[in-house]
Amino acid sequence: MSQVEEALKKEVAKLFEEETIDLFVGHEPAGVPLKTSACFLSSADEAKRLVWNASCATNLAAYLPQLFKRPGGVKGEWIAPRVGVVAKGCDSRSIVGLIKEKQIPRDRLFVIGVGCEGMIDRHKAAGALGTMGLAEAKIDGSSLQVIGTDGTQKRVELAEVLADSCRECQHRSAVLFDVALSETSVQAPETSRYADVAEFESKSLDERWEFLVSEFSRCIRCYACREACPNCYCQECFADETAPKWLGVTTDLPDVFVFHLGRALHQAGRCVDCGACVAACPQGIDLRLLNQKINKDVEELFGVQSSLSLEEAEALLSFRMEDDQSFMTEP
Amino acid sequence: MTEKKGEKTSGNGWEPRIVAFLCNWCSYAGADLAGVSRIQYPPNVRVIRVPCSGRINPLFVVKALQTGADGVLVSGCHPGDCHYISGNLYARRKFALLKSLLEYVGIEPERVQFSWVSAAEGVRFAEILGKVIEAVRAVGPASKMVKELEEVT
Repeated sequence: MSQVEEALKKEVAKLFEEETIDLFVGHEPAGVPLKTSACFLSSADEAKRLVWNASCATNLAAYLPQLFKRPGGVKGEWIAPRVGVVAKGCDSRSIVGLIKEKQIPRDRLFVIGVGCEGMIDRHKAAGALGTMGLAEAKIDGSSLQVIGTDGTQKRVELAEVLADSCRECQHRSAVLFDVALSETSVQAPETSRYADVAEFESKSLDERWEFLVSEFSRCIRCYACREACPNCYCQECFADETAPKWLGVTTDLPDVFVFHLGRALHQAGRCVDCGACVAACPQGIDLRLLNQKINKDVEELFGVQSSLSLEEAEALLSFRMEDDQSFMTEP
Repeated sequence: MTEKKGEKTSGNGWEPRIVAFLCNWCSYAGADLAGVSRIQYPPNVRVIRVPCSGRINPLFVVKALQTGADGVLVSGCHPGDCHYISGNLYARRKFALLKSLLEYVGIEPERVQFSWVSAAEGVRFAEILGKVIEAVRAVGPASKMVKELEEVT
């Protein structure tokens, strides 16, 4: 058990004993190699269920809005338990975003910040075994031992199987917390965090289209990306609306494109690139390609990164008179 | 759009179909001024009047492309002239991202254009519209996002 995990269990038990929180949201093993699921604890002795390791990729902020009720609407009083949550850099940014969008109350929340060394992409780890299924995996320092269903063992470097969003991550420690358990030892990468987008941009118009067609033609419209995303808390998603009906319930390519373009546009100025959608996609579609493009544009055009602090205005809820309009026809 | 398929497949007789979202206070009045001043502009445009360019959901544009528009023109008041003070300035940020995203996914940039047209710019409206239509004509009929399946309601 890592030091951080041990400290986390102690801290959570303490919070329950001191009656600081009524509920704690953390990670527990999911029974599948390299996967954890969210768990909801309500007493000190349950704290032993918690884990903290490189497979805690789930963005726990996604579970928070449903824990708080506000019958009087946006201006009403919260009916809310006091909730504790463990947050790595991206989770904490999502929490900042949700507080700013008035979906969760800051004063009912106790955030335990942890430094993150990057999360494993399960598809990449399993890929080391070829087409064989992954039976077991052991994280061992900076390397990962994967064991296939027929007993074959392989050792891969942790750095090689990190999720793409973790590879380019610049905010590994929590940006908002009540107590910080650890700082990350990993430095932010030297290369641009938009390297993937820049590479895609350098292709021709038709190459880009062809590539996205090959990606999105695999989409089965299961909406796992939406469910995993902390930003997707709308009571009725545009994809489910019938009046107006934005898109048909088909896997016809134009419908799939409207869904993914709509999803990306709704994330504009809000996406923190946590990679939860990519991790949730059963078809292995590179959903990050669209989200990161918008993140890149938002940063270049408006000079902000989403949800880094409670004070800064979100990009699309503000404007400047001198905003770029070179994209316009005869501005 | 009801006049869907026939028009599309008519080969050499193809004419670009443009959807124009015009704000009520400036651009729509500009288009109206062009009309009452008897300035000719091509009949390829279907005008949709919106209260403000800030009302335009980027999905309107995406949906127009999906349902068979060859091009989309979005127009509102010049910055500083918005009837609602700043609707067009919020809109400008959304439009910048939308325009960039559509080109990024492989939609020809000529198909989606944004411009400011005031209520006094009837001539300019006709000119811009002419240019948009020519640009769309040059890239040909839209095919990439167009939904061919019948819409079930």
